[in-house]
Amino acid sequence: MDGRILIIGAGQAGMQIAVTLRDEGFAGEVTIVGDEAYGPYQRPPLSKAYLAGNSDVESLELRAEHFYTDQAIEMVTGETIVDVRLGEPGSSDAGIATAASGRTFEFDRLAITPGSTPRRLPIEGADLGGVLYLRSLADADALKKRWTAAENLVVIGGGFIGLEVAAAARTAGKTVTVIEVADRLMARAVSSTTSEFYHGAHERRGTRVVLEAQLARIVGDAGQVTGVELAGAGAAKGEFIPADIVMVGIGVIARGELADKLGLDNINGAIVVNEYAETSDPRIVAAGDAVLLPHPLGHDGQVRLESVQNAVDQAKVAAKTLIGIREVHRAVPWFWSDQGDLKLQIAGLSTGFDQIVERGSQESEKFSVLYYRDGRLLAIDAVNDPIDYIAVRRALDTGAEIPAELAADSSVALKTLITSREA
Amino acid sequence: MPEITYFSPDGTQTTLDARDGDSVMETAVKNGVKGIVAECGGACACATCHVYVDEAFTDAVGEPGDLEDDMLDGTAAERLPNSRLSCQLKMNPALNGLTVRIAPKQI
Ligand SMILES: Cc1cc2nc3c(=O)[nH]c(=O)nc-3n(C[C@H](O)[C@H](O)[C@H](O)COP(=O)(O)OP(=O)(O)OC[C@H]3O[C@@H](n4cnc5c(N)ncnc54)[C@H](O)[C@@H]3O)c2cc1C
Ligand code: FES
Repeated sequence: MDGRILIIGAGQAGMQIAVTLRDEGFAGEVTIVGDEAYGPYQRPPLSKAYLAGNSDVESLELRAEHFYTDQAIEMVTGETIVDVRLGEPGSSDAGIATAASGRTFEFDRLAITPGSTPRRLPIEGADLGGVLYLRSLADADALKKRWTAAENLVVIGGGFIGLEVAAAARTAGKTVTVIEVADRLMARAVSSTTSEFYHGAHERRGTRVVLEAQLARIVGDAGQVTGVELAGAGAAKGEFIPADIVMVGIGVIARGELADKLGLDNINGAIVVNEYAETSDPRIVAAGDAVLLPHPLGHDGQVRLESVQNAVDQAKVAAKTLIGIREVHRAVPWFWSDQGDLKLQIAGLSTGFDQIVERGSQESEKFSVLYYRDGRLLAIDAVNDPIDYIAVRRALDTGAEIPAELAADSSVALKTLITSREA
Repeated sequence: MPEITYFSPDGTQTTLDARDGDSVMETAVKNGVKGIVAECGGACACATCHVYVDEAFTDAVGEPGDLEDDMLDGTAAERLPNSRLSCQLKMNPALNGLTVRIAPKQI
């Protein structure tokens, strides 16, 4: 099969679509267009090793430059696609994408992988210098520029990225305060058991965590941030917390500009796809953070997942769909978050659980939480416990069970408890 | 630049110059060597970068860390005494000439 495939978005998913097209023998033209200055790179280290100075730009790149040339993948950087026109449905007319610079790209089939963008903080002082977000390498460099000299860091948002940055800052000896509006950390992703452990663990490492906190404003001097002021009730009301850096990590929203332009079904910008990664226009596939997909383990409902695993697995399905290979997307969602010396590994989706089983010991900072609904294994949070993590991931992969009543005995290895699921 | 040779499960052999400090996994993936999946990009979180290290380099590569050791128990292919997660092996001049056999199954 030949023809021209255009991929808009040179990130984790976009790169994987191109690689899979070639792996599957597609011999036509493949072009990836991205708006950043670099080819596809890894984002996870930006809030971890990169801040700690343990990695550089070259070690972040997902493939060496010559790889794209060798594979005849055209990689275009620094171009933002602002408009896309498709040919008449059913005709062989080419589509055309136009970049902000005026440059155009013709294509026969299209993939969009625009990723997501940090949710902005709508508050007085949010535009001061030193109020930073973290999505791209450029963002990470802006953060690093202030990093060494900064003594006080305030993190707004107790989610994965905020807590990873907080941990890196504590390791670097800074004074760190995490401000969270909810009543617990990482509330969207983990149970209160895991939240409470992380709360304590960050405090033991010297980070101050303020829950149920409302911000009054961000305070500055001469255009630069000097601190934040809390509002609301309680002891913290009106408190001023000094800051040289305010890191805002309050979640991301899908980059929905193109979906809107193309009239694709979307919910708050998140592009709705089916299990083949097809959008509401069957000529267009989409993958990654920007996508709302059917539950990847076949349960009810749709989910939007912000993870490397999802971007990669969905991209593989999308690439196959583009060249006529029908393969349903089915993958165990998994995720990791390194917060200093605490390694959190999650497999499965715990939403809707009605029972949890805890293994190991929180005191030794090595434990796991298994989630069940109606006695059926849903997911695991594993803290510094790769063995339990792998066992659950394998069980979910093969549709097997680990009975809850047996899993509670930590002296028994989980992998010996895996039993095939009765129909 | 330290040189490294990979034996892929499909029988191909690839020799590359590694950048000092890059891992055995990174060097392979960036250059398109087949067989190493590396789903987590080197965070020691996926166990899909499993290799068998040539015995001649046992001392030079040292012992796996605790976390890596645990992760190695979950590899898809058989764990052998010379099994390592290649993302945890950083290249340096002492590893010049290293050869690794990529595990036949990663996922
Ligand atoms: C700091 C940080 C830490 C993370 N840590 C983890 C982790 O530990 N584990 C984990 O699993 N996941 C982690 N993630 C999430 C993971 O990186 C994302 O889920 C993944 O990158 C999503 O891939 P994607 O291809 O959808 O989007 P991206 O990788 O963001 O790629 C999208 C690209 O498209 C570009 N683009 C958008 N619109 C246009 C346009 N109109 N024209 C041209 N280009 C465009 C964007 O600029 C971007 O370069 C982290 C993310 C961040 C930011
Ligand atoms: S790349 Fe994931 S464990 Fe090595």
